[in-house]
Amino acid sequence: MKIAGRSILPPVAGRGGERVQTAASVSRREAWARRLPLLPAFVYVFLVTQIPFALTIYYSFFSWNLLKPGSFRFAGLQNYASLLTDDLVRSAVLNTVVLTVCVIVISVVLGLAVAMILNSEVFGKGVMRTLMIAPFLIMPTAGALIWKHTLLNPLYGLLPYFLTPLGLGRVDWIGRFPMVTVIAVEVWRWTPFMMLIILAGLQSQNPEVLEAARVDGANALQTFRRITLPMVRPFIELGALLGSLFVVQTYDSIYMLTYGGPGTDTTNIPFALYLVAFQGFNIGQASAIGVVAVIITIIVATFALRTFFTIFQVEPRR
Amino acid sequence: MAALVANRSKVLLSLVGWVVVLVFFFPVLWMWMESLKTEPQAASSPPTIFFVPTLSTFQEVLSGDFPPFFINSAVASIVSTLLVLVLGLPAAYALAIRPVKRTQDVLFFFISTRFLPFAASLVPLYLLARDLQLLDNIFALIAIYTTINLPLGVWLLRSFLLEIPHDLFEAARVDGASFFNEIVRIVVPLIAPGLAATSLICLIFSWNEFFYAVNFTSSVAATAPIFLVGFISGRGLFYAKLAAAATLSSLPVLLAGWIAQKQLIRGLTLGAVK
Repeated sequence: MKIAGRSILPPVAGRGGERVQTAASVSRREAWARRLPLLPAFVYVFLVTQIPFALTIYYSFFSWNLLKPGSFRFAGLQNYASLLTDDLVRSAVLNTVVLTVCVIVISVVLGLAVAMILNSEVFGKGVMRTLMIAPFLIMPTAGALIWKHTLLNPLYGLLPYFLTPLGLGRVDWIGRFPMVTVIAVEVWRWTPFMMLIILAGLQSQNPEVLEAARVDGANALQTFRRITLPMVRPFIELGALLGSLFVVQTYDSIYMLTYGGPGTDTTNIPFALYLVAFQGFNIGQASAIGVVAVIITIIVATFALRTFFTIFQVEPRR
Repeated sequence: MAALVANRSKVLLSLVGWVVVLVFFFPVLWMWMESLKTEPQAASSPPTIFFVPTLSTFQEVLSGDFPPFFINSAVASIVSTLLVLVLGLPAAYALAIRPVKRTQDVLFFFISTRFLPFAASLVPLYLLARDLQLLDNIFALIAIYTTINLPLGVWLLRSFLLEIPHDLFEAARVDGASFFNEIVRIVVPLIAPGLAATSLICLIFSWNEFFYAVNFTSSVAATAPIFLVGFISGRGLFYAKLAAAATLSSLPVLLAGWIAQKQLIRGLTLGAVK
C-alpha cells in the first residue's frame, strides 16, 4: 500500500522524459488527435456544470419566485443583502461548520484507533474489517431511519431501553439533542471510511523500523508519536480532506432525522438551499446561496488544494 | 513468560477490538433483526430481542410497491456507471498515455466539478429539467449521476492507466493498431481491476444518492431512498417493513463493497492509496 504523494502517481508529464512523449513536443495535428478522446467527457461535464453555474450567477441578481407568475425582475444585490440578515442562512453556515468539523475530527480519531487495533495482532482481523465497513456502505437514508426509529425512539428504541438502568431511559435524543444526534449518526458512517484509509497507511509501515525502535528502548507512546503518526499523517490528511468535502454536503441524514429542526438547529447549507429552492421556490434567493456556497468552497479549497497537490502530486516534480 | 504476556495482550486487544467493531456493526445487525420480526415484535416496549425469525415482512415488501423503486435505482446506477466508463476511459487515456497539453488543468477542472456544492448548479438544472419535461424522469437522474461520477471515474481510471508499461503502447503502435483497437485489446484487459474499482465507486455514489433523487423525482422515476422517505414520521410503527426495505435497499452496495474491499480503498481515495 502506498499513497500518492509518496511514490504513487507519476507526475503528469514527468518521468515522461524517457517514458512518455511530452505534450509540448507534439504537432498541431497530433495535439488534436490526443485531445479527441478527452473531448466527449470534457464537453459533457462542462455543459452540465459550468453553464448552469453561469445561470446561477445570473439568476442571483433577480427577484423570482416560481409560485408567483410574472415575478421575474431585476433585483441587483438585494438577494445578497438579504442573505446577510437572514437568520436561516446565518445558522446554516454555522451548523455546516460545526457539523463538518465535529464529524471529521471525531471520525479521524476513532478511525485511527480502530485502524491501530486492526493493524496489530488480533483474532479475526478480516472479519472485523468486513463488519466495520458496513456502516459506510449502508444507504445513508436507510441508516438514518434505522437510528431514528428502531434505536433512538424513546418508547420503542433499543438505546433508551438499555440506558434506563443508568437513569437515561426515555430520553428523546433527536428532540433534545438534535445536532449531537446528527453528528453521532454521521460519525458512525464516516469512521469506517477514515479507518480504511488510515489502515492502508499503517500497513505500509516498515515493520523493521518499528522493531528497531523497540530494540532501542522506545516505549509504545514514543513509537506512536515519533514513528507511526508521522508515517500515517498523509493518509489522515487525505481522509480528512476527502471526508470534509463529502460531509459539507450532508443532506440525507438531516432530512431523515430532524428535517433541519427543531427551528433551524440542524439546518446546514445544503438543507437551507433545499428549503429556499424547493419549499419556498425562491429562485433568486436560492441562486444567491449557491453563489455564496461556491465562494466559501473556493476559499476553503484554496487551502485544501495545497494538501491535495502534495498528496496526489499532480504537479510535475521540480 | 514473555510469550504468555504477549498472548494475554493479544487476547485483551482482540476483546477491545471486537467490542468496538460490534458497536459499529450493531445498527446493521439490528436492522436485519427487525426485518425478520413481525410488526408487533419490531415495535414493542421493551424491545423484542429473542424471537422466531420470519420472512413474511420481506414477502410483503417485495410484493408491494417497493420493486419499482428498486428497479429505478438499478437502472439509474447501472446506466450512469456504463456512461462513466464509456466517456471516462478515453478521457483518462488522453490524460495518461498520450497526454494532452495542460493535463493538470484538465484534471483539476474535473475534480473541482465533483466537489462544487450542488448549490452551484441546482436551480438552473431544475428549471431545465422542468422545461424539458424531464422532472420525474429517469433520464434526468442518469444524466446527473453521470456528471457526478465522471470526474471520479476519470481520475481513478487514469491512476490505473499510468501503471501500464508504456512499451506495450509503443509495440501496438508499431503494429499499426488504431486507438479503438488499443483501448479494446490492451487497455481494457490490463485495467480490469480499475474498471471494477470505478464501477464500484460509481455504484455506491449513484445508488445512495438522495438530494437529486428526492427533488427531481416524485413517483414514476423515484429511486429506493425515496421509498424510505415514506417511513420518516414513524407513524403506524411499520418498523419491520422499514427495516426490510432498508435492508433490501442497502444490499447491492453492501455486497459489492464487501466483495471488492481492495478496490473500495483505491476508489474512495481516487486512486491515491493503492
